[in-house]
Amino acid sequence: MPRAGNSLWEVMREKGYSRRDFMQFCTFAATAAGLGTNASAAVAKAFEKKDRPPVLWLHFQECTCCSESFIRASHPMVADVLLDAISLDYDETLQAAAGHQAEKCKADVMKASAGKYILLVEGSVPTKENGVFCMIGGRTAEDILKEAAAGAAAIVAWGNCASYGCVQAAKPNPTGATAIQKLVNKPVINVPGCPPIADVMVAIVTHILMFGRMPELDSQGRPKEFYSRRVHDTCYRRPYYDAGLFVETFDDDNARKGYCLYKMGCRGPLTYNACSVTKWNGGTSYPIQSGHGCLGCSENGFWDNGPFYRHLPSFPGFGIESTADTVGLTLGAAAAVGVAAHAVSTNIRKRKLIHDQVVEAVKDTPDSKEVE
Amino acid sequence: MPSTQTYRRLYVWEMPVRLYHWLNALAIAVLAVTGYLIGRPFTVGYAQEASFQYWFGTVRFLHFMAGYVFLFNMLVRTYWGFVGNRFASWDKFIPLNRQAWRDIVEVLRIDILQTRGTGPIHIGHNRLAGLIYFVTFFIFMFQGLTGFALYGPNSHSVFGNLAAWVVPLMGSEAVVRQWHHAMLWFYVLFTLVHVYLVFYHDYVEGRGTTSSMVGGWKFEREDRLDD
Repeated sequence: MPRAGNSLWEVMREKGYSRRDFMQFCTFAATAAGLGTNASAAVAKAFEKKDRPPVLWLHFQECTCCSESFIRASHPMVADVLLDAISLDYDETLQAAAGHQAEKCKADVMKASAGKYILLVEGSVPTKENGVFCMIGGRTAEDILKEAAAGAAAIVAWGNCASYGCVQAAKPNPTGATAIQKLVNKPVINVPGCPPIADVMVAIVTHILMFGRMPELDSQGRPKEFYSRRVHDTCYRRPYYDAGLFVETFDDDNARKGYCLYKMGCRGPLTYNACSVTKWNGGTSYPIQSGHGCLGCSENGFWDNGPFYRHLPSFPGFGIESTADTVGLTLGAAAAVGVAAHAVSTNIRKRKLIHDQVVEAVKDTPDSKEVE
Repeated sequence: MPSTQTYRRLYVWEMPVRLYHWLNALAIAVLAVTGYLIGRPFTVGYAQEASFQYWFGTVRFLHFMAGYVFLFNMLVRTYWGFVGNRFASWDKFIPLNRQAWRDIVEVLRIDILQTRGTGPIHIGHNRLAGLIYFVTFFIFMFQGLTGFALYGPNSHSVFGNLAAWVVPLMGSEAVVRQWHHAMLWFYVLFTLVHVYLVFYHDYVEGRGTTSSMVGGWKFEREDRLDD
């Protein structure tokens, strides 16, 4: 049942945490939200007084990698306590209740806390064939989403699925998988990634809890604190890019030297995410550091811009191996042949024309009679 | 058809038009070569530290610089389309009357059927060329917008921000980059056909088409000077 009504500090004290633990948590939370340690007092104040808002976590067309990422947030205090800090009242994968009990719990929250609860959505929503591709409790995902979104104070779209549609929405998108922001009439916080970085997810929830409002978003609805820079801009291999030193194959000497993976199809220059700053698994590493290019998993339609291991994507309609360059070169060669053929034909015709003109000119000149 | 003609020398291309043309040609050449390299760089490995080497950075710098030249050059030319002489005027690019379409058919007959021209064709841009340049301006605009949209995140440039809306419109930066790169080949094809047709028309018309873009002068038969 919803436990809203207790502030985080009260819940923590009840569970036996000390004041010091609480202050430490507030400092972590402030830092995770990008505020710096001097904001921890304000954070502590908020967590002492504010009621914990109930949270509903909906799962639609997804693989649960967002949830898996979330529960592996690297700041242990933040991760552990956040599940306490929020009152997670409905989450198919984490809740103890099942069946009608679970559905009743959700209905109760939506009724009791209308306009106050936070809605976290994982997965895209199918819209073709009346949405039969994803049904929960006999209702379509679209129906469930719209009902829950109506009374939500804030909506967060977890991962590329909920933000853009991800692999389900890749061409030809058989189920009509649709992003959350296209189905609800409210602003949605998009947290793309496949999955998003755990610490980023936690920081966004923390931000909403602390300030009671959305973080600042960019034009695509992504929080600016984490998605305003490209992976490329903060990549430690960037100097090799500027120097023009590239890995040519995954097993060459350049790969061993740790050169730039641009030519191996790295999508870092096109991808907005915090991977090269925050890193993964508690700041251990991120794909490029492990010698593999970025796949651009937080970008809209990244599945349709393959192959992943080539800089230039395939050109639509011309087969998997053809890039824009193959097509362009073919057209260029065809044009050159055409021009050459035209030039030859022109010269044949022109010779006749010049011949005619010379004959006429000779006829027209006053001296022509003498010539004859 | 009398063959001994009196030709009149006409000042067709004013200096700003010629300057635009050659600056544009230069900018496009730099953009095409550096753009191709950005899409398909090669590794330059020396026996020196990466910190002493910056060739790819330089290639990108040249591309961005040429992009700015291209943009401002285009803006000046657009302005000149409203204040320049009648050959430079904007309405020479859009076939708005029946005469213009007749001109286009005539040029197509000369170019494709290789007939000997029967009537006068426009002394400035022939109407077919004008129409093709008009289409080209849209491709220039597309390249400019996609280019600055991709450039935006690299800089705090106002021009980058002005084109920021292109990315969500086209889906993602990967799509923008794909089309920006593909359009490079339009310029290759355009240049090939454009240069050939200049020589061809010079050859069959004998009006000094090629040199006109250097000196500005063209030649027209006096009996056809009603245009």
